[in-house]
Amino acid sequence: MTALLFTLILLGVSTIAGLLGSLTGLGGGVVLIPVLTLIFKVDIHYAIGTSLISVIATSSGAAAAYVKEGISNIRLGMFLELATTIGAISGAFLATYIPTSTIAIIFGVILILSAVMSLIKHSDHLVTGRGGYLARKLKLNNRYPTQDGEQQYTVKNIVGGFLMMNVAGIISGLLGIGSGALKVIAMDHIMQVPFKVSTTTSNFMIGVTAVASAGIYLKRGYIDPGLSMPVVIGVLVGAIVGSKILFAARTKALKIIFAIVILILSMEMMYNGLTHKV
Amino acid sequence: MKVIKQSIRDRDMETIMGKVLRFGVLASVTIVTIGGIVYLVQHGSQKPYYQQFVGEPRRFREIQKIMQTALQGRGRSVIQLGLLVLMATPLARIAFSIIGYILEKDFLYVVITLIVFSVIILSL
Repeated sequence: MTALLFTLILLGVSTIAGLLGSLTGLGGGVVLIPVLTLIFKVDIHYAIGTSLISVIATSSGAAAAYVKEGISNIRLGMFLELATTIGAISGAFLATYIPTSTIAIIFGVILILSAVMSLIKHSDHLVTGRGGYLARKLKLNNRYPTQDGEQQYTVKNIVGGFLMMNVAGIISGLLGIGSGALKVIAMDHIMQVPFKVSTTTSNFMIGVTAVASAGIYLKRGYIDPGLSMPVVIGVLVGAIVGSKILFAARTKALKIIFAIVILILSMEMMYNGLTHKV
Repeated sequence: MKVIKQSIRDRDMETIMGKVLRFGVLASVTIVTIGGIVYLVQHGSQKPYYQQFVGEPRRFREIQKIMQTALQGRGRSVIQLGLLVLMATPLARIAFSIIGYILEKDFLYVVITLIVFSVIILSL
């Protein structure tokens, strides 16, 4: 296959990945890595480097839109970025020492988790009141705009959420994905932040987390211009189109189809990992 | 009253951040596209090889080399330069936050943000 043909096909695939990723809220990275490794037979380290770049692109693109609406909790995001960036760097270092077959298996497990998480009905918490000592000290309690005006909320279990975010960071650095699913567990389920706030804040954080490990991947020579170019352009175009048609599309059916695709991909990744084909 | 004031300043900061992010992404995609066209004109008929990891040459790995060779108009170096701009976008956002927190005299968050910033800089 010539570079031109390869670029055009990858551009098309990335556009679809970006579109589906933004419609389902799963991000493009979770499909890009299995598609690159299983279909295009790209070495998994190159695939991870490429995916990290696409994660930064989609996160910055989406965050630009959300930040303006004043929903995301910037202090909460900044505080948790302490956990995710340190985790991401550890993950990127770990990636050199862990065999690629093991990385493929871990990837499969995280893919399944992401698919399941996307299908589970979102638990929308709203905790109000003064909140605990840490939440007050760190000024994490905030308000967000709703239809009925500003709604105050309190953030719970700061330490637990911080530790979970650290794990999310490690996984992000190790696998080159945004770890959106783990961030949702940390913020929605552990810290009990309202759903709207947690998704936008998480999106905001994903780019920063990905940059922390992308620097290491770049230095190691895992970020290839020929692969990254069509992927960045495609994923961004897909994400922008996706955000425009979000309200017109029937996201529920789409989510189920996407989850099934991801399940199949994750099984194949795990199979390849177990048989040492990756 | 204090809370309301803080929230207004937060909103201003958020608007600036949104603009920074959008500008960064747009600039990056433009540079990547230009580099991509140059690359495909020069190497479009070659066969790329990604099956096995061989590692990128220095001009795609080191920030200084990337800038040097990109300025010489080499396609793939220009793409890497665009990717560097993309990576710098969230960093710029963090740098703006540091200034914002200094203006708000919120020194706890000046420290937190500085740590996040240093962690990323040290990784580069």
